[in-house]
Formats: sequence, C-alpha cells, structure tokens
Amino acid sequence: MTFLNQHLLTLILFFPLLAAVIVLLLPKGKLSLIRWTAFGLSLVPFALSVYLWILFDPAKSGFQFEVQYTWYAALNSTLHLGVDGLSLTMVLLTTLLTPIAILASFNISDRLRAYMFLFLALETGMLGVFLALDLLIFFVFWEVGLVPMYFLINQWGSEKGDREMWKGAVVQARNYASLKFMIYTMAGSLGLLLAIQLLGVLFQTYDLPTLTGKWTALEGTLLGLPVATVKTVAFWAFVIAFAIKVPVWPFHTWLPDAHTEAPTAGSMILAGVLLKLGAYGFLRLVLPLYPAESAKYAGALAFLAVMAIVFGAFASYGQKDFKRLVAYSSVNHMGFVVLGIAAAAKAAGTLDANIALNGAVLQMFNHGLSAAGMFFLVGVLYERTHTRNLDDFGGLFPLVPVYGGILIFTSMASLGLPGLNGFVSEFLVVRGSWPILTVYTAIAMIGLLFTGAYILKGIKQVLHGPLNEHWAHGEHKLTEISPREIVVMAPLMVLILVIGVYPAWILEIINKAVMMLF
Amino acid sequence: MQFPFLSVIVFLPAAVALVILLYKPEWKKAIRWTALAAGLVALVLSFWVYFAYDKAAGGYQFIEKYDWMPMLGISLHFGVDGMSVPLILLTGVVMFTGVLISWGIEDRPREFFAFLFILASGVFGVFASLDLFMLFFFYEIAVFPMYLLIAIWGWVRTREYAAMKLTLYLFVGSVISLIGALVMYFTSGQHTFDMLVLATAQFTPEFQKTWFLPVFLGFAVLGGIFPFHNWSPDGHVAAPTAVSMFHAGVLMKLGAFAALRVGIMLLPEGAKFWSPLIMSLALVNIVYGAFIASVQTDFKYVIGFSSVSHMGLVAMGFATLNRDGMIGAGLQMFSHGVMTALFFAVVGMVYDRAHTREIPKLGGMVKPLPLPAIGLIVGSLVSMGMPGFSGFIAEFPIFRGIWGTERWWMAIIAAVSIVVTASYVLLVARKVFFGAMPAEFEGHISPINVFDKIALVLLMAFMIGIGLFPALMVPWVQTGVDRILALLGGA
Repeated sequence: MTFLNQHLLTLILFFPLLAAVIVLLLPKGKLSLIRWTAFGLSLVPFALSVYLWILFDPAKSGFQFEVQYTWYAALNSTLHLGVDGLSLTMVLLTTLLTPIAILASFNISDRLRAYMFLFLALETGMLGVFLALDLLIFFVFWEVGLVPMYFLINQWGSEKGDREMWKGAVVQARNYASLKFMIYTMAGSLGLLLAIQLLGVLFQTYDLPTLTGKWTALEGTLLGLPVATVKTVAFWAFVIAFAIKVPVWPFHTWLPDAHTEAPTAGSMILAGVLLKLGAYGFLRLVLPLYPAESAKYAGALAFLAVMAIVFGAFASYGQKDFKRLVAYSSVNHMGFVVLGIAAAAKAAGTLDANIALNGAVLQMFNHGLSAAGMFFLVGVLYERTHTRNLDDFGGLFPLVPVYGGILIFTSMASLGLPGLNGFVSEFLVVRGSWPILTVYTAIAMIGLLFTGAYILKGIKQVLHGPLNEHWAHGEHKLTEISPREIVVMAPLMVLILVIGVYPAWILEIINKAVMMLF
Repeated sequence: MQFPFLSVIVFLPAAVALVILLYKPEWKKAIRWTALAAGLVALVLSFWVYFAYDKAAGGYQFIEKYDWMPMLGISLHFGVDGMSVPLILLTGVVMFTGVLISWGIEDRPREFFAFLFILASGVFGVFASLDLFMLFFFYEIAVFPMYLLIAIWGWVRTREYAAMKLTLYLFVGSVISLIGALVMYFTSGQHTFDMLVLATAQFTPEFQKTWFLPVFLGFAVLGGIFPFHNWSPDGHVAAPTAVSMFHAGVLMKLGAFAALRVGIMLLPEGAKFWSPLIMSLALVNIVYGAFIASVQTDFKYVIGFSSVSHMGLVAMGFATLNRDGMIGAGLQMFSHGVMTALFFAVVGMVYDRAHTREIPKLGGMVKPLPLPAIGLIVGSLVSMGMPGFSGFIAEFPIFRGIWGTERWWMAIIAAVSIVVTASYVLLVARKVFFGAMPAEFEGHISPINVFDKIALVLLMAFMIGIGLFPALMVPWVQTGVDRILALLGGA
C-alpha cells in the first residue's frame, strides 16, 4: 500500500502507456478481446484517480503526492509531478472520459489495435500536462498529445467530404482538418517553446514553483530590452498558445473542422479534455508566472472571451450539420471559462475573483461531461443514419424515445438549466465576473440567450416537427439506443445531475487550489 | 596491455573488405553473410566502447599510439572523447543496418560491400583519430569509395553527375582545410600532427582568426553548410540506399565533427571571432533547407534537403560556443544520423517496389508495408522535433544555446523551420503511405524481409529510447562538451 501511495501519480500517468503497449501485443483478429482489454485497462487509471481523490486532503494547501525523478539532467529538467485541487479535478475528468470514449468506440473494427493504442497513449499525454510541475515536462506532454489525435482524425475520421484548396486541388476533409489541427497548434506553441527556452537559459531550472518566484521577481534589462517588454512578449506567447487550444475567438477555426471530421470518441476526448488543456495552461502557468501582465491585459482577454461566447452561439445557431453545431457550442461554453479567468486575473485575490475562478474550473469539468455526452449522442445518430444534416432529421422522438430523452437531458445541461451542472458553473462565473468586468459580463449573459436558441434548434430539428418518413420504415428504420450506448451515457448523466444538485463536494476541492493560485 | 578496441574497429571493415574481394563473385550468399558478420562485430564493439567509456573520468580514453612516420611527427594515434564516442556508435549502427538493407543487391555485391566497408573504415578512422594527418588520411579514404559507390550502383539518371559533383566539392573543401592544417603544423613549431599537442600550441589570436574560416568551412562543406550544400541532395538522391544512409547518416557528421575537432578545438579564438558568421550561415541552412524540402516532389529529395536543414542545426549548435548549444549539436549529430538512415532506408524500400519516387504517384503503401510506414512516421516525429523522440532532446538545447548568445533573435527565426518541417513530413508520410493506392501497384508491392525489419526496428529503438531517456546519451556528450569549453576558456 505504501508503494501505491508513494507512486500514485506515476502509476496514473504511465499506466495508460503500458496498457497501450499491451493492447498492441494482442493477436490481431481478436476484436472483442482487444476492445475489452483496452476498456478494462483504462478503468485502472480511473480507479487509481478515484483513490487519489479519496486520499487527497482538501484542507492542505500546495501540491500533494509530489514525486520527482531525474529526466534531462543537462537541462535541469526533472519529471516532477504533483496535484492540487485544480489538477485533481482534471485528472478525474480525463481518467473518467477515456474509458467512456473507449466504450463508445466498440463499433470500430478497422486497425483496432492501433486505434486503441493511440487512444491510451493520448491519455498519458493529457494526464502528463495536468500532473507536470516542471515547465519542460509540461511542454513535452502538451505537444505529444497532438500526435495521437492527428492520426485518430486522419485515419479513423469521417470518410466522406472533400475540401477544396487553392489552385482547385481537392483533399479529403479529414486530411485537411487533421493537418490544420496539428499545424495550427504547433505553430501556436512556437512562442511558448521559445519562451520556455529563454526561461531555462535565465534560471537554469524548469521546476515550476522555483521558476515562478524567480521570474516574477526579475527586474532590470534582459536581451538588451527592459524586462517588462520581454515579459509582455512572453506573456502573449503563452496566451496565444493556450488561446488556440481553448479555443478563444479568433483562434478557433481549427476546432469545427477537427470536431466534424474526428471519429465520435475522438470528438468526445477533444471537446472533453483537450480543450481543457488550454484553460489549464492559463491557470497553471499564465496566472502564476505573469500576475502583473495578466491583470493589465485582462480586459483584452475578456473581450476575446465574450466574442467567443457571442459568436460561438451565433455560429452554432447557423449550422446545418449537427456535429458542427455541437462543435461551435464548445467555443461558446469555453468562452465562459476564459471570462472567469480574465475576471480573476484582473482582481486577483478578491472574493469575486475566487468565485469567478471556481466557476471557471467547474465549468471546465462540466463542459467536459456535457460536450462528451453531446458528441456521443451525435455519433449515435450518425452511425444509424449516416448523415448529420439537421434537415434530414425531424420528428424522431416517437421512434427513439429513450434516445430522445437522453438527448434532451444532455442538451439541457449544456443550456444551463438550473438543477443540472452547467447552471452552477456558469452562474458562478457570471456572479464572480459581474463586479469586475460588468459590461463584458452583461454581454456574455445576453450570449446565454443565444445558447438557449441554438440548443433548442438542435433538439427541434432532430426530435420534433413533422416526422421524416425515411427513418420510420424498411431498411432505414431508426433503431433505439443500445444498452452499451446507455452505459456510456449513464456516468455522464449521473455526474451532470449530482453536480447540478449538490456541487459542494467538488467545489471544496477546487476552491482551495484556486485560492493558492495567486 | 588493453585490448586495442579502436584499432580493431577502424581496421576490421577494411580487412573484411579485402577478404570479401578474395571471394569469387558468384559466392553471393557467402559475401552477404560475411558482410553481415563483420557488421555485427563492428556494432558490438562500438556498443562496447560506448558503454565502457568512463563518463565520470571524461577526456580521451581507449588511447592507442603507434609510430607511423616519426620524422614528420605523424603517429597512428587513436582515442575517443564524449563527442566522438556516440559517433562511433552511430557508425556501427549505420554500418550494420546498411548491410541489412543491402541484402537484395544483385549487381556485383562483392565490390559493393567491399567499397562500403572501406568507407566505414575511413569514417571510423576520422572519429577515432587524434592525429591531424591521420584524420585527413581517413577523411579522404571515406570520400573516395563514395564516388565509386554512387557512380556504379547509383540511380542511372544522375549518378555520374552527382558522383562527380560530390567528389569535387569535398576534395576542394578538404584541400583548403589541409592547407590550414599544414600552416598549423609549421606555425606551432612542435613538428607534430598530434592534435593533443597542437591544442596547447598557443597560436596567436591573429593567426587563429585568419585560419579558422578556411579550416572550418573546408570541413563544413561535408557537413552541408550553406552555400556549399548543394552537392548533398544530389548525392543523396543518386546514391543507392545503403550509401545514402551512410552518406547522410554518417558522412555529413564527419564534416561537422572534423570542423569541430580541427576548427573549434585547435583554433578557439578564431571560433569566437567567426561565430556570428557561422551562426548566420547555419540559420540560412535551417530555414532555407526546410522551405526547399517542402516544395520537392521527389521523395528522396525531400529527405535530402531536410538533412541540409537539420545539419544546419548542428553547425548552429557548435557556433553558439556555449554548453547548451554544443550538447545539442552533439546529440543532433547522433539523432539526425539514425533518423536520416531510417528515412533513406524507407525511401529505398518504397522505391525498390514502386520504381518511382514521385510523391503524387505514390499512395496507400501502409497495407503492404506497415513497418516502413511506422518507421517513416517515427522518423517524421523526430524530424519535426516532437518531444518524446530524440530530435527534441537534441534541438531543444541548440535553441537554448542560441538564446544564450547575443544573437538570440536567430532562435525566433529558426523556430519557423519546426512548423515547416512538421507540415512537409506529415504531408509526405500521408501521401506515400495512406490514402488510396494507385491501381498499377495493386498486388505488386511485396512485403519487406526480416533483415529490413531488424534494421528498421533497431533505428527506431534509438530514436525513441533517447527521446524518452536522455540519460542514455546526454552524459557522454556532456563530458565532451566540458572539455571543449575548457579550451574556449570557460566561455
């Protein structure tokens, strides 16, 4: 037991990678063996993180379960891991969504081992970002996570759809989307990479707690420029890298493409966890490393966030493709996360700031649940109908009452219905931001109205209205959601309801961490 | 007396080459197995030297010294330090995998393997030599078989042109360096070519500033430095697969290594003076090479130009003259070596089956060739500097090195190459291996044999191993760099 407790984070981090290798070694043709092995093994990190959650002491401040191993001695970079309430929440989300996403991909049979390998490797990549307390290690995992997602999109993404490029060349949409995702994120991370190199040269350490103190205290001139200028440039380099991942308007254009083309489970993880990496970067790195710059440019960040909220909602409303509609809704919802962060940056240390940050972190968790659920439900429908065009549906509720009920429930969570989780976090963000950034918050709240509009539009087009007879009879007859698919949705729905009714159990963990961020 | 590891490593390939030449040409099987056995022995010995090298003690180890021409002060003086020992290992790996990949050569395998092994002896010799004369001696030995290997076994369309171009370029470069070396020999007044002695010769700063540039650039031609790089893509493309692997994998490192050993280590003041110029040239290499690679339509030219870009990083790392940059450059030499050997191996496998290297004409190769596809993907990730692979471990310190100089803005420009590289390697990997396979290849693509598989797996293992566990190579390079920094006056 002591071994387990001492190496808990290491085990959580690397077990998925080990599982990935095990899956690769299974015999090729045994599809159900591969599926169940992958699923079973992915439950282990989840069980470990539940255990971590139980052992975690919310009363203590600072990081817990810290471990440190030598990694790249010449650069003084160590594999330094630790959790606080913030990372703990994200770790739980990741380890929960991965088995769910694997269960959701049981219909995949093309090159299944490689698929499961990439999925499990992706889990290690994401967890690494959440657990890292070393800037270089953070970056390592940050970039590495791109690779599995790239291949998941362009190998297992939707086979239909072309995209016209310049000079009339036509490429497959999934190829276009995956490369755009990869190059967009890599290019966005260049500034981050360069800033990390500079920090390393300056302080000869990548240990985050040490670095934070030294970097914020730095004054004078650097590289022949005033330190304030260098810090401002480095601040924006960090912000752009994370803003692309969140994504914040106007850096969001990779997201609808990537989501639309990704396989269902890929979209679930992409929306559920990968977008959170960006927001987590803001919280873990930008706020502690650049408190002054964050406060100074909080207004600009809030502006981008509000744009994301409003334009995300409008764009979502305008979509004909069900999956694209849900994709744009992510832009809209993640806008609230950034709004909360911006408000907290502006008025660091106040009660309002704490409320806003609590809201932002909870919104990250909540959006992870509801977005993963929504993408899965879109996938369920797509698998049966092979279309995502909203005009092709209509009046499906009587045909698939259970599916319809689940879709409405999840949509309502996304809409922010009181009693479900989305309401709690969005209310906290708005309550915290209001005294700090009143105008922006007011505009964001008007944005909420459009959130309601596009979600109701989605439900109406799919479930209500005149029945599209095509799906009622014969070979196209729409079948009800299967038990496996209900099992996928069940944990998400339970959590959505539990957090909506009684959020204190999770806020207690988040709150302490949030107070320590400054 | 200690077992003479270095002499055995250096002379074994040449000796085996002679033995093979005594075989009858029809004994193809025996020739191949002899070559493979020799490659395996060289690999094992280079592994042994690598792991037996005492990192804590540092300095030159496995020293052997025999008189060769005492009246001129020339001796056969071997020894390895932290900089060269990974390169010995690299040569062992490339030699072994090169033999594996060339298993299918039907045209005069006897002469092919003989020349390949003479080349290997020359390369090992340069990395192990501590005597300036011997370094040149082995350097020329390495270049000469290259000419024959390309001109005889190369790609029919360009082989004569490329072989001639390559040889002339390299000879001119080495002659210029040789002049520099002779001037050092006479100026030092010590009447010795021993580099350990020459390093203590206290050349005047003016002398160093005058002679550094010709010596450095003369060797750096082989390292593919701009504007003397354009022999290299032509040479890579025209060469047969195993020779391309040797050429890009090891031979280009020979240039960079000799430029370091003779240029920077013997003329440190000159290096300091010229470092801005070398950095600027290397910057052009890095960025321009990446852009040129991205517009090629010939699979092999893509890899050829990517080598220009990556070797620019090596030159950049050395030119920063600081610890981070040099460690990075040392690692990049190894990392690029195994990566590019893997690339050329994969290109060769595809070309041998499809008989075309035009990227738009290829596609869907992953079904018949799964392992080469994985190899190319791993190589691509190394090449774009993806963390978790050796490329990142090497490139990250080089960039840090640039930040440590006054010309830190170069890091920002050089970083552009990362994205350009990522986009073209991903596109090439996708176009060649994924998508629909053209109808003419259907059923004509035979799977690779077990030798090819061993070679690919071995090369990949190095890239992933070092990427995950930098401690497998960094400490060696670090001891080497510490010595160089001492020569530079702790800069």
